[in-house]
Amino acid sequence: MAAKPPEIPNIAEIMAKVKSGAIFGEIAKMITESQVWTSSFRHGYADTPRNRVLQIASNVWLHLHPVKMHRHALRIKFTWCMGGITFLLFLSTVVTGVILMFYYRPVGEYAYFDMKYLQYDVPFGMLMRNMHRWAAHAMVITVWLHMFRVFLTGSYKPPREFNWVIGVFLVTFTLLLSFTGYLLPWDQLAMWAVTVGTNMARATPFLGHEGPFQEFVFGVSPRYDARSVLIGGSIVGPPALLRFYVLHCIFIPLVAGALMIVHFWRIRKDGGISGPL
Amino acid sequence: MAEAPAPRKKLEENVEKVHVWPYLVRIEFLCAIITILLLTVWSITIDAPLEEAANPTKTPNPSKAPWYFLGLQDILVYFDPWFAGVVAPVLIIVGLILIPYLDVNPKGNGYYTYVERKFAIWVYSFGFLVLWIFLIIMGVFLRGPGWNLFMPWQFWDPHKVVALVSVDLPYAFGIRSYDMANLFGAVVVLGYFVVGTAVYMFMERKAIKNVGITRMLLKINLVLIMIGIVVKIVLRLAFNIKYIWVTPWFNV
Ligand code: HEM
Repeated sequence: MAAKPPEIPNIAEIMAKVKSGAIFGEIAKMITESQVWTSSFRHGYADTPRNRVLQIASNVWLHLHPVKMHRHALRIKFTWCMGGITFLLFLSTVVTGVILMFYYRPVGEYAYFDMKYLQYDVPFGMLMRNMHRWAAHAMVITVWLHMFRVFLTGSYKPPREFNWVIGVFLVTFTLLLSFTGYLLPWDQLAMWAVTVGTNMARATPFLGHEGPFQEFVFGVSPRYDARSVLIGGSIVGPPALLRFYVLHCIFIPLVAGALMIVHFWRIRKDGGISGPL
Repeated sequence: MAEAPAPRKKLEENVEKVHVWPYLVRIEFLCAIITILLLTVWSITIDAPLEEAANPTKTPNPSKAPWYFLGLQDILVYFDPWFAGVVAPVLIIVGLILIPYLDVNPKGNGYYTYVERKFAIWVYSFGFLVLWIFLIIMGVFLRGPGWNLFMPWQFWDPHKVVALVSVDLPYAFGIRSYDMANLFGAVVVLGYFVVGTAVYMFMERKAIKNVGITRMLLKINLVLIMIGIVVKIVLRLAFNIKYIWVTPWFNV
């Protein structure tokens, strides 16, 4: 039996498709129906109510949002967008911070010169450092403004008391993040600002060697007290640098990140952004 | 013509829900672009500071904490470090955490209003804008060498001589004996809290049943501490009073 002759693509037909533009639709269809595509994207993009819901609900990055919200909560006049901007600035410091970590060693002998190297020799090093520092400063300001607006709108009232409490921890950790980072450039500004800040711990009641009632606690001395635990010694030296580095790059960001997730989750569970009810 | 605001009841019926995608996500996206743009411009135009290498033998004058802690550093002028550096920050954190549990006014939940919660707005705004922000601005711009006050047009003279003429409160009242001074200070400080609490509880006695006695005691004493900080600042600046109560362990 004679084999069927292979199908010859009809050039004229294809050319007609190209001319009319129909070919694009077909290529798009071929791609979006392929196994690679359907395994990556779980729903269509067409603006249907169903897709609007899926867009949020089936996306790990967006799903901390509710699917629907009150219209009043969209107003920038109400939220000042400050919570969101705080979070964005936090993310910016994470990204730029990781890049800085490639070039920075938290060791007394190296830290300062790594900063110089970063500024003068690393491509875009200065820009990364600037963005990291200014985003951190800006974050301190925006988190205060966020807190102020939450207070002014009475959004800490039931059922949102707990989220306010998480918020207080978040603002504390934001300040601690900024403060621990302040030491890392290992210049005069850094060392003395942190010296002034941590000197306060000497005066901790009971636990600081210059604090009230320390004489009643056994073993409190300049070398072993609340302050020396913070800075790993009796002056702000290399051990303090290492300690602050670990706190700054690992411990505090992890805790703050976890609290942020809880914070966002609770906004949803408490019925969305507060509003006049 | 301006539209009359809808009565509360009306608003309640009007709760209209919209899809987060696209209505919220697009606002977030726009905010993110603008923020990142501003941050980039800021970072291109202004460099982060890097001074000379850290040197433990060379103390700068003035030595300042990071700017966001300068409010606390400033009250070191008026209080000893155990209060300004340790107790005050702890009280701020604890006080903030307690806010939702102390403010039981059901009004003003979820909208801007001044008239329905004047006291709460006053306390928070005073604490935030005056005791926190204003002191920071002062700390950054007006505190020079020796933590002395300099006006913006004045030269930061590290040798500025400031007469230390402050005395303790009992001394100002003519009390010279150590024990009497100690007693006097205790009476004034504790009296301030006891009388303040008593007056408040008496004036608000009708509220005790609804609000609860623990809440009211906590609330008034936190407020009294905040007012006390202001009182001490004024006593020092206007009357040169250093301590009110001097004990062998701590001074207030
Ligand atoms: C790292 C710090 C923080 C981040 C990233 C953050 C983020 C957010 C975001 C994105 C929202 C949604 C509404 C909005 O943007 O205003 C929100 C709401 C809220 N935040 Fe924060 N926040 C932070 C710190 C705080 C602090 C310090 C407080 C208060 C002490 C706080 C209390 C609240 C409350 C009570 C809500 C609900 C507001 C409402 O329902 O109207 N948050 N937060």
